[in-house]
Amino acid sequence: MSRQRKIALVGNPNAGKSALFNALTGARQKIANYPGVTVERKAGRMVLPSGEPVEMTDLPGSYSLDPTSPDEAVTAKVIRGEFAGESAPDALIVVLDASNLEQHLVFAQEVIALGKPTVVALNMVDLAERDGLVLDPAALEQSLGVKVVPTVAVRRRGLAELTEAVASAELREPVGRINDLSLVERRVAAHAMADAAIISESRQHRLHSQLDKVLLHPWAGPIILFALLFVVFQAVFAWATPFVDALEDGVGLLSQAVVAALPEGLGRDLITEGVLAGVGSVVVFLPQIVILFFFILAMEASGYMARAAFLMDRMMAGVGLSGRSFIPLLSSFACAIPGIMATRSITDPRDRLTTILIAPLMTCSARLPVYAVIIAAFIPQQTVGWGVGLQGLVLFALYVAGILGAMIVALVLRRSLTKGAASGFIMEMPKYQLPNLKDLLIGLWQRAWVFLRRAGTIIFMVTVVLWLLLSFPRAGEGESQVDVSIAGRLAGGLAVVVEPIGFNRDMALALIPAMAAREVAVSSLATTYAVAASDEDEEAQAMALGDQLKARWTLPMALAFLAWFVFAPQCMSTIAVTRRETNGWKWPIFMLAYLFALAYIAAGATYWAAVAAGL
Amino acid sequence: MTLDLLPPGQSARIVAVHWDRLVDEEARRLRALGLDDGARVTVSHRGVFGTRDPIALAVGRMKVAVRRAHAAAMEIEPL
Repeated sequence: MSRQRKIALVGNPNAGKSALFNALTGARQKIANYPGVTVERKAGRMVLPSGEPVEMTDLPGSYSLDPTSPDEAVTAKVIRGEFAGESAPDALIVVLDASNLEQHLVFAQEVIALGKPTVVALNMVDLAERDGLVLDPAALEQSLGVKVVPTVAVRRRGLAELTEAVASAELREPVGRINDLSLVERRVAAHAMADAAIISESRQHRLHSQLDKVLLHPWAGPIILFALLFVVFQAVFAWATPFVDALEDGVGLLSQAVVAALPEGLGRDLITEGVLAGVGSVVVFLPQIVILFFFILAMEASGYMARAAFLMDRMMAGVGLSGRSFIPLLSSFACAIPGIMATRSITDPRDRLTTILIAPLMTCSARLPVYAVIIAAFIPQQTVGWGVGLQGLVLFALYVAGILGAMIVALVLRRSLTKGAASGFIMEMPKYQLPNLKDLLIGLWQRAWVFLRRAGTIIFMVTVVLWLLLSFPRAGEGESQVDVSIAGRLAGGLAVVVEPIGFNRDMALALIPAMAAREVAVSSLATTYAVAASDEDEEAQAMALGDQLKARWTLPMALAFLAWFVFAPQCMSTIAVTRRETNGWKWPIFMLAYLFALAYIAAGATYWAAVAAGL
Repeated sequence: MTLDLLPPGQSARIVAVHWDRLVDEEARRLRALGLDDGARVTVSHRGVFGTRDPIALAVGRMKVAVRRAHAAAMEIEPL
C-alpha cells in the first residue's frame, strides 16, 4: 500500500488560504505545532474525484521563499522537503488574490519554478469583479505554465474544478534559473503577467475606499472602534445570560438527579460536591467565550482587525509596542492562551516577548466568574447616577486596572529587559468582505472545543483532587471537616504568607487549586463551603455561594481578593503556552514572579486602604 | 522630498529608498510588499493622534500600513 499523498496550500497572507482550506477539508482539522517551532500546522483530509483520500496542509502565508519570519521559514522548508519529520508535499495549490495579482504573482513564480505538480487558485474573483477587474484565467495559465482555476473560497465556488485540476497536475521540469532571478526581475515579470491577464479594469474600488474613509477617519475611526468594542463586551454579558442560566439550571437538575439516584455516601458526594459543583461552575462560562470569539473571528474575517491595528498603532507605540500587538491583546480579553498564540504574527522578537509578558494582565474571561461571584456578593446593587450601576462600575474598574498595569509593565520592560530600537509597523490591510458563516462556525467550534477539553481534563482533575484533599482524613465528632482535611492544613501554611494582605484561610485554600485556572477559585470556594456546610445545619447547606461568602468575608477582604486576581498569574495553561512560545522556562518563570509580586502588592494595598477608609 | 511629507490623496513614484536607514527585516518586508524603486504609491490615510503616524499607502490594488519612519526613508517624485 502506498502512503497517503499530500497536498499543500501556499500563498501570500490575505490571499484567502484559510477559507479555501476550510472549504476543501470541512470542519475536521488537526491543528498542532510544527515540531520545535511555534508555527501552527493545520492539516485536514480531502477526497480527490478518483476517491483517493489525500492529506491537505495549510502552509503559513508567505511573501517569499527567502524567509523574514518563522512562519515563512516553515513554509520555505516544507515546500522544499527540508523540514525534518515532514515529508514534502506531492502537489501544491498556489492561492492568489485575483485583485492583487501583481503582488501575489511574485511569490507564485518562485513556487511554480520549483517544478512540483502545481495548480493556481485564482481566489476571490468575486471581489475583483466588484472592483471592476475582469480577468482572463487562460492568459494567466499561458504565462505561468500551470492550470489556473478561478475560485471564491468563502462562497465555495470553483472547488470541484480545483480538486480535479490538482488530481491531474503533473511534475514539470524545474525552471532552473528562476531561483536566481532577482526580486526585481520577478516583479517585472509579475507586472507583465498581470497586465496580460486583465481583460478590463476600471480603476475604482469604491466600496472599500468609502468604508476606509469612515473607519480610518482620524476622529470617527477610533470612536467607531471603541463603540464596537463596547457593544462586544456588552454582548458578552447580556447575550450570554440566558445560556448561562440554562446551563446552571441543567447542572442543578443533574445534581438533584444524582442525589435521587445514588445512595448516600462518599461516592455520591464526590459526584455532587466535587465533579458537578466544580466542573459545572466552569462550563457555565462557555457562552461568554463563544460570543467573544464570534466577534473576534468576525472582525478578522471581515478585514476590520487590520484597521483596528492601524488605529491603535499610535497608542501602542506610546508604550513601545506596535498596532500588531493590539490583536493578541484584544484576544487576551477572551483568554490569554489564544492571545499569546496570536503573537506569532508580530515579527519583531522583542515586541513579541513584551506582548506575551503583558497578555495575562488583560482581564481574561476566566477571571469573570471570580469577579462576578465576589461583586454580586459584596457590591450593593445600586446606581451611582445616570443609570450607571455600581456593580458594573467596579467590574469596569477591574478591567481598567489590568490595562493600566499592562501599559506600565510594557513601558518598563521596553526600557529594561526587552530594550531595543523601537519596533516598526508594516502590515497589509486586506480587502473588506462579508465573513462566511460556516468559516466562523468552524473557528468557534475549535475554540469551544479547546475550552471544553480543558474543563474536561485539567479542571476536572483538579476539582476531584481538591475534593479528596478536603474530604480526607474524615473529621471526627465535633470537628470541622475543612480544618481536619489535608487541604485545610496546607492552606493553614499558605495563610501565614497571605495574612498580611487580608486573606483568610478559605481564601488561601482557594488559591491553591486556582493555580490550575482562575475560575477554579470559584468552584473550590463552592466545594469548600459545600463540604463545610454539610457539617452544619440544613440552613447553611441551602445557602448560595454568594451568601456563604457574605457571611464569612469582610468587604476589604473581598476587594483585596478582586485586586489579587487582576494580577495573579493563576493559569497553568498560560504558563505552559508561554514556555512553548518562548522556547524555555526563563520567561514563564519571570512572568510568574513579576505577576505574583504585583498581585501581592495590589491586594495588600487594597486591603489596608479599604480598612483605613472604614469599609 | 520623502514619502512621509506627501499629503493624503496625492500620488508619487518612489525614486530611491535609503535601505541603510531601515532594519534589514523591515526592509525586506517592505520590498516584498512592493515598496521599492519605481513603485507608484498614494497616501490614503494617516493615523489618529498628533503625530499622524502610521500611514496607509495604496500600492497597486493593495493597502499597506507603514510607520512614518519607513516613509521617511523613501525618496519620491510627486506625480
